[in-house]
Amino acid sequence: MRDRLPVIVLIARKLLSVILTLLLASFLVFAVSEFSPGNVARKTLGPYAPQESVDLLYQKLGLKDPLVERYGRWLGILLGLRADPLQDPALKLNFVDPRGARYFGNFGYSSLYKAPVNDVIWSRLGATAMLAGIAFAIIVPLSLTLGILAGMREGGLLDRTISVFGIVATSVPEFASGVFLVALFVVLLGWLPGTSPLTTGGGWPVWSQLVLPVSVLVLYDSGYLVRMVRGAMVDVMNRPFIRTAMLKGLSFPQVVLRHGLRNAMIAPFTVILLQINFLISGVVVTELVFAYPGFGRMILDASLFGDISLIEAATLIALCVAVTTQLLGDAGYALLNPQIRLR
Amino acid sequence: MTAIDHLPAEPVTRAPGLLRRLPTSGVAMCGLALILVWVLAAILAPVLPLDPPNKSFYAALAHSAPSAAHWLGVDKSGRDILARIVFGARQVLTVAPTAAIAAYLIGCPLGLLAGYYGGWVDAAISRLCDVILSFPIIILYVILISTIGPSVLNIVLAVVIAASPGIARIVRGLTLEQRHLDYVAAAQLRRESAVFIMLVELLPNCRGPLITDFCLRIGYTIITIGIMGFLGLGLPPPDPDWGTMVKEGTVMISVHPYVSLFPAIAIVTLVLGFNLLADGLRELALKE
Repeated sequence: MRDRLPVIVLIARKLLSVILTLLLASFLVFAVSEFSPGNVARKTLGPYAPQESVDLLYQKLGLKDPLVERYGRWLGILLGLRADPLQDPALKLNFVDPRGARYFGNFGYSSLYKAPVNDVIWSRLGATAMLAGIAFAIIVPLSLTLGILAGMREGGLLDRTISVFGIVATSVPEFASGVFLVALFVVLLGWLPGTSPLTTGGGWPVWSQLVLPVSVLVLYDSGYLVRMVRGAMVDVMNRPFIRTAMLKGLSFPQVVLRHGLRNAMIAPFTVILLQINFLISGVVVTELVFAYPGFGRMILDASLFGDISLIEAATLIALCVAVTTQLLGDAGYALLNPQIRLR
Repeated sequence: MTAIDHLPAEPVTRAPGLLRRLPTSGVAMCGLALILVWVLAAILAPVLPLDPPNKSFYAALAHSAPSAAHWLGVDKSGRDILARIVFGARQVLTVAPTAAIAAYLIGCPLGLLAGYYGGWVDAAISRLCDVILSFPIIILYVILISTIGPSVLNIVLAVVIAASPGIARIVRGLTLEQRHLDYVAAAQLRRESAVFIMLVELLPNCRGPLITDFCLRIGYTIITIGIMGFLGLGLPPPDPDWGTMVKEGTVMISVHPYVSLFPAIAIVTLVLGFNLLADGLRELALKE
């Protein structure tokens, strides 16, 4: 029991720090997007609303209050402690959320899509999760295999070939590889569709619409990961215990699989989970290239339109995903490597 | 006393510096060559026999494909793509290094302070960096640029905000490794000021990994500027910006794919140059 207690305390402390990070980060986004209060009312109502309505909304939302106070109110609405003032019928905005004005997870009303944020965001997140999930399911085994093959014989032909692939792949940003792949497979060969609306109206099955976006994500992200895994593998293969295993008479594949692999997996593990953050970034660009109806393109549209509620909600969700994976990375790292403990 | 006067000083032999050994790395030299080609193109752009980058050749629109008059073709406004790519190199090769240097000017002091003083200074700086680093980076850029508007200064500012925490974290780690070494204690005994120790004693000793990181970061900044252009948040028109050119070309990619292909190739080769240089430098540092 005495051994267990500190672990629980450590986990609690880690969770607390995660919550603190989320609060600070969401405040940052809030501060950037609601920096000028006059804009908030104007952006909510759109450019053609009469000035009186804007002034009324300015009053109603208490936009003259200090930033911290307004952030507190936003948090209150999100946690379901306060009613969303935008749904007040007196404003004549016609903002109606079937879930009511006060519930946990109320992100407010999207001025771009003219619908509650919760009606807009989750289906798009699902589409993006599918894209990112498929990409991730290919990236991880592919880069582990390539990285291990390259790293087991440092300087060999296989190593040099794979390393060149890795460095070239990291040098081609998603929008460039998107253009290259579209030019080749869509324009020149005509094998695949150039856009991915995820509907079958254009005559292409949905799986064929996923091939190019997934390839773009896999190319860029696996380049980096391959180099990471290779580095870790080279490092391990130079250690004395590998030489011992060889001298014991184990065959090379056995040395690699039994001794090399396990020890080389520790460092890339965190990198793989940090990769989620890169993946989210890449997804925004990829979704734009292929007109994919996902989360990333929604964030871009919301930012360009100035849809504050949607930006704040989307950023908070993206942050939650990122922070959760980082937490998993830390935990997994500690489990794999007994020498490292959570701070 | 006299014995001490004549105590022979041991000659200090140092391995030649990282940059001195650069020519021994083929990878690094390949990278350097790629970068130099673009730097030369950018410097010589005004004297090269190129069309003005913003001038529209309406007569060329009928045959917009690559031809003898316009080697890489013309874009939808009839502007010469080759000229726009070369003049775009000027733009990107000024903005990206400037932004990277600015990020270092903010990130290095933060990392030094956190690593040297530790305690609450470290806690505050590290926490702030963690918050910014927990953002998916592109979302941070999109929110910042769409709020403050696209301009050279704002793009530099956004890169500084997004990149300096990462730099601070690296410098902090390096400072933590160094700060308990004898030379720091000696400097403290000599009553050197903390600022002097951090900037003159510690920082130069951290330079190895930082040089590599700097090259990588310029490459990544070029990608970022390209992405911003591609998302429609790039440097304002009409001046050529590679990312914006790729974006404009995608509209007619099924008819004239070269309009986006060529600027995309330009970005890739320049980024590849910086990545190869960084990789070569890293290998050299490991051989030490």
